[in-house]
Amino acid sequence: MSEQLVFDRPQSVIDRPTHYCPGCHHGVAHRLVGELLDELGVAEDAILVASIGCSVFLYNYLNVDAVEAPHGRAPAVATGVKAARKDKFVFTYQGDGDLASIGMAEVLHAANRGENIAVVFVNNTVYGMTGGQMAPTTLIGQRTTTCPSGRCLEHEGAPIRMTEIIAGLGGATFAARASLNNVKNIRQAKKYLRKAFQCQIEKKGFGFVELLSACPTNWKLNPVDANERIKTEMIPYFPLGVFKDALDEGGAC
Amino acid sequence: MSKQPERIFVKGNEAVVRGALAARCKCFFGYPITPQNEIPELMSSEMPKSGGEFVQAESEVAAANMLLGAGACGIRAMTSSSSPGISLKQEAISYMAGSNTPAVIVNMNRGGPGLGDIGPAQGDYYQSTRGGGHGDYRLLVLAPATGQEAYDLTIKSFDLAYKYRNPVMILGDAILGQMKEAITPWQPEGIDDEAGRDWALSGAKDREKRLIKSLYLEEGALAGQNKNLQKKYEDMQSYVEYEEFETEDAELVVCAYGSIGRIAKSAVRNLRKQGHKVGLFRPITLYPFPSDALLALAKQGKKFLTIEHNLGQMVDDVRLAIRTVADSDFAPIYPGNLPIPEDIEGPVLEWLEGK
Repeated sequence: MSEQLVFDRPQSVIDRPTHYCPGCHHGVAHRLVGELLDELGVAEDAILVASIGCSVFLYNYLNVDAVEAPHGRAPAVATGVKAARKDKFVFTYQGDGDLASIGMAEVLHAANRGENIAVVFVNNTVYGMTGGQMAPTTLIGQRTTTCPSGRCLEHEGAPIRMTEIIAGLGGATFAARASLNNVKNIRQAKKYLRKAFQCQIEKKGFGFVELLSACPTNWKLNPVDANERIKTEMIPYFPLGVFKDALDEGGAC
Repeated sequence: MSKQPERIFVKGNEAVVRGALAARCKCFFGYPITPQNEIPELMSSEMPKSGGEFVQAESEVAAANMLLGAGACGIRAMTSSSSPGISLKQEAISYMAGSNTPAVIVNMNRGGPGLGDIGPAQGDYYQSTRGGGHGDYRLLVLAPATGQEAYDLTIKSFDLAYKYRNPVMILGDAILGQMKEAITPWQPEGIDDEAGRDWALSGAKDREKRLIKSLYLEEGALAGQNKNLQKKYEDMQSYVEYEEFETEDAELVVCAYGSIGRIAKSAVRNLRKQGHKVGLFRPITLYPFPSDALLALAKQGKKFLTIEHNLGQMVDDVRLAIRTVADSDFAPIYPGNLPIPEDIEGPVLEWLEGK
């Protein structure tokens, strides 16, 4: 019986161990991005704009050109990259602290200008790299190191639903939310990412995908329970699905 | 009879834009703030005509970060602002300096601190020449005094940015930006649009991937990066520009830069007519500072009076330059006041009477 290879590393993903914690979903998200760079044939034209947080080291794991943006500014840096090199495939990869807090202005305006870039937004409801502080997406009641009694609506406000906000902007072409907590959702996430990347390839504007992800270390859960938390706590507040798709209409403008 | 070169009558802000276009700047990222608005306004129509990209950013923070992105791609790119906006750009400027990213930043200095006013001032000297943001870094800082210099130095700034892979600042003020005068445009030759070919981001096709970054966590890596940056700043020291006017027999040398240097030149002319032996030393590069030339004057026994449109900033560099043999006195023009030659003649005459 001959052996058949059914699963391998995407060419765009570098063969090296990651620094991520057990059960972290960055590895899954990285792989999806790598698979799509290969499948869409854009790896050699890709320029990654890395953000600040655990995923800053994405540039160590993807075999593409990259620039490091200051905290929250990746969509602005990507705007500059795209202005300089219109023929390249430009994408950012940002966490929730980076994108939804300090980088709120940059992502909203890049989306609203209809920048021809893709944004991968990893939402795990905490600042991971700095040790689990409250993020703008931290759920009500969730304990973090800066809301030790749990996030309180009256005191810290409500968690921000980014995909819905992006979808409400005239300039955005595609906005969707997926989850990385099980295989079915991961496959759906890849479909959304493909569509967001397709926006740029077809020069139809801004593609945005939010990925609900686990941070077992800072949630103080084991990886299996962390996946369960996404299902029971995150998805009810952050519903999955496509919130805007103007791709077939020829883009946002 | 040979044809006279064409002259145009423009504000300093427009001279900067014309210079940038002549230098084949291909990306401009702007945000409105007085007194530099003519720069983004003119760029918005001129940049697309020359095949470039104009973006009005959502903030100065974003504009500077767009500059970082374009610079990382090895494209001649520029942003402009005025003092409060330049403060907001410091984050990205530090990242550009830390990642060896070439870029040009124009500051039409206005009065401060805080919102200050919209008139001329030189309160941003320290910020410009000491880096301005976090970390140990320097910008090349060029200080034009006239519309023509604004044009010439803007062209030069792009060459310097790529020569040293470093952000370059053009430090003007509201006088320079807003005053209209005749300039003679010229077209530089031999511009290398591919100056970043060995390091710029263009997609990892048929080569190793590239990374533009300022994060160095590995043991010894950041120390090495800082060492490399310091080496670069040492190399820059050979690039200085300055103007000396009537210094040869001068007893007192007035040190002033930018628009104030130009007004001081008028003051020196007036005082010379009255028989006073005064001269002018006007640094054109503020970083690197023309220390050797000043020291040479000091060694001839000359005295120094630094006059700035602030409360005493460049005077520190003058004193450092001549500290082994001389010192400099200082006279401020308060930000908020619009100076005329008499405002410089006054303190000079006082100094001469009190010597």
